[in-house]
Amino acid sequence: MQEIFGLIKEKAEKLFADGSVNRVLGWKKGETEYDRIPSVFESAEELEEFVYDGFCAANLSKYLIRESREDGKIAVLLKPCDSYSFNQLVKEHRIKRDNIYAIGIDCDGKLDIDKIKAAGVKAIQSIEENGSEVIVHTLYGDKKFNRQDVLLERCLCCKGKDHVSGDEFILAQNRVDTTVKDRFEDVRKLEAMTPDERFEFWRSELSKCIRCNACRNVCPACNCIKCVFDNEDSGVAAKANVDTFEENMFHIIRAFHVAGRCTDCGECSRVCPQHIPLHLLNRKFIKDIDELYGEFKAGADTETKGPLTDYRTGDAEPSLISDRGGSN
Amino acid sequence: MYYKMKVEKLPELYALIASEKALYLPIEQAGAVEFRKWDESSCVRLDCLNTLKSAKGVFLPQSENLVAFKTEGKNISVIDNSETAFPFVIFGVRACDARSFDILDRVFLSDPVDTYYKTRRDNATVVTLACNEPEETCFCRNFGIDAADPAGDASAWIVDGELYVRPNTEKGETFVSRLSQLLEEASDVEKLEAAKQSVRDILGKLPFAELNLDRFKGDNMLDIFHDPAWKSLSESCLGCGTCTYVCPTCQCYDIKDFDTGSGIQRYRTWDSCMFSDFTKTAGGQPRPSQVERFRQRFMHKLVYYPMNNDDIYGCVGCGRCVAKCPVSMNIVKVIKTLGGEKK
Ligand code: SF4
Ligand code: SF4
Ligand code: SF4
Ligand code: SF4
Repeated sequence: MQEIFGLIKEKAEKLFADGSVNRVLGWKKGETEYDRIPSVFESAEELEEFVYDGFCAANLSKYLIRESREDGKIAVLLKPCDSYSFNQLVKEHRIKRDNIYAIGIDCDGKLDIDKIKAAGVKAIQSIEENGSEVIVHTLYGDKKFNRQDVLLERCLCCKGKDHVSGDEFILAQNRVDTTVKDRFEDVRKLEAMTPDERFEFWRSELSKCIRCNACRNVCPACNCIKCVFDNEDSGVAAKANVDTFEENMFHIIRAFHVAGRCTDCGECSRVCPQHIPLHLLNRKFIKDIDELYGEFKAGADTETKGPLTDYRTGDAEPSLISDRGGSN
Repeated sequence: MYYKMKVEKLPELYALIASEKALYLPIEQAGAVEFRKWDESSCVRLDCLNTLKSAKGVFLPQSENLVAFKTEGKNISVIDNSETAFPFVIFGVRACDARSFDILDRVFLSDPVDTYYKTRRDNATVVTLACNEPEETCFCRNFGIDAADPAGDASAWIVDGELYVRPNTEKGETFVSRLSQLLEEASDVEKLEAAKQSVRDILGKLPFAELNLDRFKGDNMLDIFHDPAWKSLSESCLGCGTCTYVCPTCQCYDIKDFDTGSGIQRYRTWDSCMFSDFTKTAGGQPRPSQVERFRQRFMHKLVYYPMNNDDIYGCVGCGRCVAKCPVSMNIVKVIKTLGGEKK
């Protein structure tokens, strides 16, 4: 990504110089070797801290809810998967498209620091991305990884390298496809379980939830001004899961609420400190919607009505649940 | 005085402790390591450097019942259904978490004493475990914490297949005396001292080993409070609360009433100054924007707490927030941005 890092930076500097934007939304290097902080740059000088590499996984679209309401125009950097979230937010009128200059940028998969650490890596001093290799230097010695082995789960079933929105695109000469699995593969495994096994699986996963809200707050589809779980008057507001029912409910309600709007950007699972595979809940909904209403990709464009927000006479009837045997 | 035994005997040690008292250990469940009550089927992970949530939860659980109210006709009965006290040992606490107990004590044991917290503190024997392989996120050293020689009622080390134990307090002496059938006096203390030194060498080489904290003192409170850097520091913050929920020293809680249908369950739950409704009252939210909420968390750790507590910082450098913030924003970045670079 080194080649396009330079191109993106040049482009951003140019946009500042000709006055087309007064801010650029990108990433800046944080304190550890792998920390990349979503950041608003307000001048060409500030771009000194700009970075684009394998750790720039954060989806920037959601910040536009706030930033597109500020004065002036902002340029935003969108990876292919982020461009779906961007479209969905435009469709929901949550961001002001006219105040945004969207630059689609290339992506060759983003690295998962947790996978690197799970391999026993500690006290990291520096990390080198070298083509298909990632070399980690630590105080206890070096470790070499095959890049593909330490990519985020979402990158292994990438939606494709084509952007679905953008005013301009900055792409690499050689584009790398990281897709190695079908995104519904793990959902099928869950579907093949007995209801008891499946319940056991989710209980075990959700029992780890510390209710930190990172999944919700990072989610571009979770864009309510006040979440029902923060609303004292709703009767379900909570700052902790006090029992198993609450552990389940928070996630089930959230999955329902983003159904048909979730673009499968993978941010929830990426940020969950407990590594709960939240994407599997969302993908189950996506798969069901595909099967019941025909294939639908949330965020593929800014106009099409979502299957759950549209009514057609041929729509699935509620009786479908019993037809399916109630086990799915 | 140091004692020791072979690490293979750890399960026997756990069983012996648990035969008398409840025993909390870092235990893995569904891939997550937390301090949990031990039983024979537990998967103990003494090698885990930092549990996801800190050891604080053993003394200040994420949520706990305080009292219940039941209505029958015109009568309201008040039922104390808080947890019944029991003596316990918490084993495997890292030096940073051990220090966090001192920080929490100053809050919860000061007048008015928090009896729920105090009961658990009184009932606890804290056995710490020295760190062997600190991570790049660790910066306990900046707060005068020695990860190679942790505090607690007793301290433990694992070196070359052997567990060393040293009692530090009366409770620690009692703890060790109950384990006499497994422990023997250690005569090779030099070996242990050498191991401590090599860990200290690593601690000194970690990337955050020497942060400059000079600016963070009471005299500079308003100056820091009004620093324009808070705006850009906080701009990526999601207001999620991950940092506060994993932090060993975050101490804020909310008291809530849950309508059970036939009465009220009053309980307390951790709260986070990062949340949009934190300390919200009828008059509104005193910190209406995320900049103010974000500032609060770090001002509390680095300025307000030390001002009220003999210059002791309210952070122990465990690095959990560094590792877990979804946007990679954390206290180290705040210290470096506001306080300048290395000494
Ligand atoms: S991010 Fe993970 S731990 Fe936090 S609320 Fe979501 S599922 Fe729970
Ligand atoms: S600093 Fe990070 S962890 Fe803390 S509330 Fe903000 S986004 Fe969440
Ligand atoms: S502020 Fe961060 S580093 Fe400091 S004690 Fe809390 S979680 Fe640990
Ligand atoms: S911060 Fe210090 S005491 Fe805590 S785990 Fe790291 S090295 Fe050990």
